[in-house]
Amino acid sequence: MGGYIVRRLWQMIPTMLGVVLLVFVLFNWVGGDPAYVLAGKISSHEQIENIRRQLGIDQPYYVQLGIFLKQIVTANFGSSWSTNEKVSHILLTRLGPSLTVLVPLLILGTLISIGLALAVAYVRGSLTDRMVMIVCTVGLSISILVYIIVFQYVFAYKLGWFPVQGWGDSFWQNLVVYASLPILIALAVSIAPDLRLYRTFVLDEINQDYVRTARAKGVSENRVIWVHVLRNASIPIITYLMSGLPGLLLGSFLIERFFSIPGIGREVILAVERSDFPVIKAITVYVAFATIFTNLLADLTYKAVDPRVQLK
Amino acid sequence: MATPSATLGAAVPRSARVVPHTVSPGLWTLAWRRLKSDKVGMVSLVIVVLYLVMVILSALGLIANDWQKEVGVNYAPPSFLGAEKVVAAPDETPSVPAVPGGLTVPIGGGTTAGAAGGTSPATSSGAPAAPAYQSTIVDPIGDVIARLRAGKLPAGALPPETAEEKSVDPLAQVMSEIRADQKVAKAEKHETRLATLPFGGDKWGRDVLKKTVKGSETSIFVGIAAATVATLIGTLLGAIAGYYGRWVDDFLNWFYSVFSSMPGLLLIFAVAAVLQHKGVFTIVLILGLTGWTGVFRLIRAEYLKHKAREYVQAADAIGASNARRMFIHIFPNVSHVALVQLSILVVAFIKAEVILSFLGFGVPVDVVSWGSMLNEAQNELILGKWWQLVAAGTAMAILVTAFSIFTDSLRDALDPRLKGRAGA
Repeated sequence: MGGYIVRRLWQMIPTMLGVVLLVFVLFNWVGGDPAYVLAGKISSHEQIENIRRQLGIDQPYYVQLGIFLKQIVTANFGSSWSTNEKVSHILLTRLGPSLTVLVPLLILGTLISIGLALAVAYVRGSLTDRMVMIVCTVGLSISILVYIIVFQYVFAYKLGWFPVQGWGDSFWQNLVVYASLPILIALAVSIAPDLRLYRTFVLDEINQDYVRTARAKGVSENRVIWVHVLRNASIPIITYLMSGLPGLLLGSFLIERFFSIPGIGREVILAVERSDFPVIKAITVYVAFATIFTNLLADLTYKAVDPRVQLK
Repeated sequence: MATPSATLGAAVPRSARVVPHTVSPGLWTLAWRRLKSDKVGMVSLVIVVLYLVMVILSALGLIANDWQKEVGVNYAPPSFLGAEKVVAAPDETPSVPAVPGGLTVPIGGGTTAGAAGGTSPATSSGAPAAPAYQSTIVDPIGDVIARLRAGKLPAGALPPETAEEKSVDPLAQVMSEIRADQKVAKAEKHETRLATLPFGGDKWGRDVLKKTVKGSETSIFVGIAAATVATLIGTLLGAIAGYYGRWVDDFLNWFYSVFSSMPGLLLIFAVAAVLQHKGVFTIVLILGLTGWTGVFRLIRAEYLKHKAREYVQAADAIGASNARRMFIHIFPNVSHVALVQLSILVVAFIKAEVILSFLGFGVPVDVVSWGSMLNEAQNELILGKWWQLVAAGTAMAILVTAFSIFTDSLRDALDPRLKGRAGA
């Protein structure tokens, strides 16, 4: 086990370097001279030269890459180009609001999807099952934008049950007042695909021999479903959940944008709109690193929930 | 696939005895038979084909060519609703009755239906006489102001601009220049505009139906083109990695793990931020260059499996080159995997394009897509103009539903072992 973890950590290094290289090539080479972006349209030659010296892009590429690596290791990406706020400060302060929406969403969404998936798979092939699947397919086809626009209009603007948008200072106020409609919308959007997927996971297990054995020896139906089937179906579900975690941080960017929640996702959109390269670079690199680490965690959890798995 | 049995049948001497000459159906024939027996799949295939025909006709300029023409009044409601009720000012009686369809309203300076109703008797003779606010001016609250003015000031006596506006508004000078231009432009053509349009009109009175057709063209083209690019990249790299193995495989696997360790949308955003140039082909490129990882993984696994099979060894024995073995011998046997992935990617990329264009990172401003329509519709909904939202949302939902169901049927038909497995 220990050897396995060490080997996996060792294997991560080339991937992480690749991510750094990709981001570097993208922003320092493909994107052209950042000095022009930063200096704006009206700028003199000296100004451009000054900015180039400040950013270090008058240096050869390998020196620039060294600077970039140093920035990543020390978590010091300098200041945002548009607000002059420290990039590290931006990341830390935006994490809280994102998590305020994400954690309840993740818990509620997982519980509801698994519960529904078990129920639907239990009555597989019936009219209910087919109806739920049709609703899921159609629901998935409607753009998430339409859901957000319509829900925000109806529940916040017309009916006034929730504030249209905003964010406060106290955690509880944020969670109860401002985050509840965004969470509800995100739930409505995320349950359909999760339910479809989890249903296939449950269906893979529900026809197995051990289920028939359990029934044959007189185990109650509740125990068969909630203990025998769920425990085995949870293996792929957990892996799926884990691997999607870092993406979730950004996945709610539309929600954050519509409801003016100052989270990471909204920050990415703002940064792209303003060509704020340091912020995009920092978020891209760190989210990619987080993904690489959670992939390892996912494999370890896989081992933990399923003792049959051999880690190689 | 069909040829071996056919030649076997022909090889038997005809004089000996009559051999039933049956050709065993190949993979594609069998798949097509299975697909044909799948009713839901066929219905969705028909819908997808209809959309494609619409896209081709629209791309050739045969339909919806004049979508930019402002044919209706601003926010013309859909015909089945009838013309918009005139917002009656306290001292005025509505002069335009709510007659559904076909009714034309003379444009006096291009105000909203409500304001035009109030002022049309006075201004119908000379269009440029009292241009309160030109409809073509891009001003999100222009029509609201126009309505306020129509309510407060006597009809026909609306001043083009007030002294107060001039002193407060730093752009008043620019505005009056724009107005002057508009006056000249408007004076040349007397036009009448429809009070209602079949599916309603947008802020500038453009036909939402035509806009939706044109938007479908953009969104579907981007989806299909980007999916093709991604599938080509993924298939090529996957084939090379799986076929050659060893250090080539290691290198391409590293490349794959780098790309797949970034959440898709983040990578798309990063590329969009870097590429300042906006255009339909830019977005095709962005989506294509970032979305190939799933295809790569599956195709690589297939090639790993196939390269050790007997038929590839046989091809080797008769001296087929590497490229020939990879693309003439192996590829037809794994192409169904690529096809299903292509189909899945089309839907994913249409959704991604809509989101990108909505955020303004996608297609340029002068190109209409479902995403840019939804962007406009977001503000219109607050004013109660829901038709553009419904038109774009429904057009997209029908296509995506049909395409997803077709994809499932296609996968079931090509790989019956997977039948009944949704998602994943």
